[in-house]
Amino acid sequence: MDRLLFGDNQFFGINHMSEEKARAQAMRFQSTDAIMAVLDAAYDAGIRTFMCTTHDRISEICEIVRNNPDRYPDFVFYPCMPYAHKYANAVTDLGMLGAITNFMPEDGFLRTALSGGKALAGRDIEGIAKVLIDAEMKMFRGLNTPVVFMQNVFTDLLLGMGYTRALKVFHDHVKEKYGAEPAFITMNMPMLFEALTKEGIENPIICSNINKIGFRMSGGHERYLETLRTGKLRAIAMSVYASGAIPPEEAIEWISELPNVQSIVFGASSRGNIVNTRDLVEKYMGAVGTSQAAQ
Amino acid sequence: MSRKTKIAVVGLGKMGLSHFSIVNAHPDVDCVACDATGFLIDVLGKNLPNTLYKSYDKMLAEETLDAVVIATPSRHHASMVRAALERGIHVFCEKPFCLDWREGDALASLAEEKGLIGQVGYHYRYVGAFKEMQKVLASGALGDIHHILAEAYGPVVLRPKRQTWRTQKAEGGGCLYDYAAHPLNLLNWVFGTPERVSGSHLNSIFSAGTDDEVLSTLKFPGGQLAQLSVNWSDESHRKMSTKISLIGTNGRMNVDRQECQIYLRKASDALPDYGAGWSVRYTTDLTEDPWFYLRGEEYSAQIADFVEAVAAGETRARENDFRSAAMTDQTIAMIVDDAGNPGTASVTPAPAVVAGKTEGGRGWRSLFGR
Repeated sequence: MDRLLFGDNQFFGINHMSEEKARAQAMRFQSTDAIMAVLDAAYDAGIRTFMCTTHDRISEICEIVRNNPDRYPDFVFYPCMPYAHKYANAVTDLGMLGAITNFMPEDGFLRTALSGGKALAGRDIEGIAKVLIDAEMKMFRGLNTPVVFMQNVFTDLLLGMGYTRALKVFHDHVKEKYGAEPAFITMNMPMLFEALTKEGIENPIICSNINKIGFRMSGGHERYLETLRTGKLRAIAMSVYASGAIPPEEAIEWISELPNVQSIVFGASSRGNIVNTRDLVEKYMGAVGTSQAAQ
Repeated sequence: MSRKTKIAVVGLGKMGLSHFSIVNAHPDVDCVACDATGFLIDVLGKNLPNTLYKSYDKMLAEETLDAVVIATPSRHHASMVRAALERGIHVFCEKPFCLDWREGDALASLAEEKGLIGQVGYHYRYVGAFKEMQKVLASGALGDIHHILAEAYGPVVLRPKRQTWRTQKAEGGGCLYDYAAHPLNLLNWVFGTPERVSGSHLNSIFSAGTDDEVLSTLKFPGGQLAQLSVNWSDESHRKMSTKISLIGTNGRMNVDRQECQIYLRKASDALPDYGAGWSVRYTTDLTEDPWFYLRGEEYSAQIADFVEAVAAGETRARENDFRSAAMTDQTIAMIVDDAGNPGTASVTPAPAVVAGKTEGGRGWRSLFGR
């Protein structure tokens, strides 16, 4: 994994500080060209990995990268699935079973099984999960997706329920079918690390909030640091600036001293902020890319 | 070591599944669940160690429960809550509490009589910025509040859709019950039950059986006037956005999920952390991290209060008790009544006459109507 990953929250009106700011960003990034301009700035600053949801708009980005291999020879996608809103809305519209049926391929065995009888579907929930993962991965065909994430709302829902077997199903399918590294985003890192260990998943890639002030580090700041110190995991730190509450240099310097943090994921809308973060990461953690492409 | 608190989560729809996850993740809770539809119970039964039931009555008969968390469609709330209270079980119930506020009031009395905790899931009272709003208003630093705007918008019903309980007025569906209940509950928290409701409109935009937007004016006993503006067919918002704006004799406050903006004409000793002019507090500074996070700290925080109060043998909800939820149900009922009995100060519009044309031209309806 690269040292520095580029996230997509800012493109989709997600801002943890201000709804006005979120709205302004949603307006600015209404066109795919505007998103692409920022991604170009990041790419040209040596940041090659785009960690993104499976939002419909992302398929347009995929198309551009796919059609321009000369411009983006090293572009890497880290898909994060499922795009929770899509499924939440479908559940509201269609009910639990209807939503699942809706996302099944038209002619597949599972769709027939689902419409045929609930009991049969209940027995093959693993098959359903695999088909849903495949459906989410479709937009990335032909692109480089070495790491595939489960989104935090989904990871944490399963984690709380104790349905950790599903995390293992995701893990195995991503590995077997896509030859990719399975990874998890969570707001409950220490608890997730324990659960993954119990499922026999070793040295997992876990992306979670890690920041100096302990913002949204559920289970406690100290437990996070303890897990980083003693656990065997590949941690990705998000919200390192705690939505702007920590000055950038102080934030990155603090992260750089933690064990097992392999990468930082960040979002930015301007070339200046992208370059600033890159320079700080290079200063405290070394080259931002694992490839020679970083400049 | 003391025994874990035993809690059943009832109803595993969207909210119920979240509750199940949060309750089950609590280190001091032993959790069982109940859902009447077979599919989820079949799937979960094969993959979870928890005891799961399809029948609420059977579960109550077989389990020795300390508490239940009820997240079924609203029309089931009253009977299920009563059944639990009568067995001496503490109750956390999703909002809106009861479709008939008198029933909610009776359940509040029953819980009080039996010394049982009755809490309702109005999670906005656990959002840091709204807690701060309550604190600021209680301090009196804004002077006398006279002008309030309470809003909620979001993208729930964006096209004609399949009928579910959420689209049935009789089952507690609709924008008023589902969305408007939240800002109303926040207003009840600080200003009580309105003494008069007027100018209420419940409009359908896409829904056949119920309302998609609500407009109303509320007058509170302290003289405060509030305009309520709620619409769940607003795709410009990514998710539900609730905002309360208040103007008082010494300033203004704008509060949403993320931040609390305050303008004070003059600094106040009652609120030493804020100076004159604008100050902003972000919810990130105002919220403590819970033991477990799913979709927002406030969901865990309300369950934490409930679980801790049950474990500590308390007899009243720490926040959002049945009585206060019944107050919100009553406010909702006042809006329903008012919308069904429009005031007398209206005129029947005459046929539009625009530049010599009558109906069929660009009259008032085609300009401003839908």
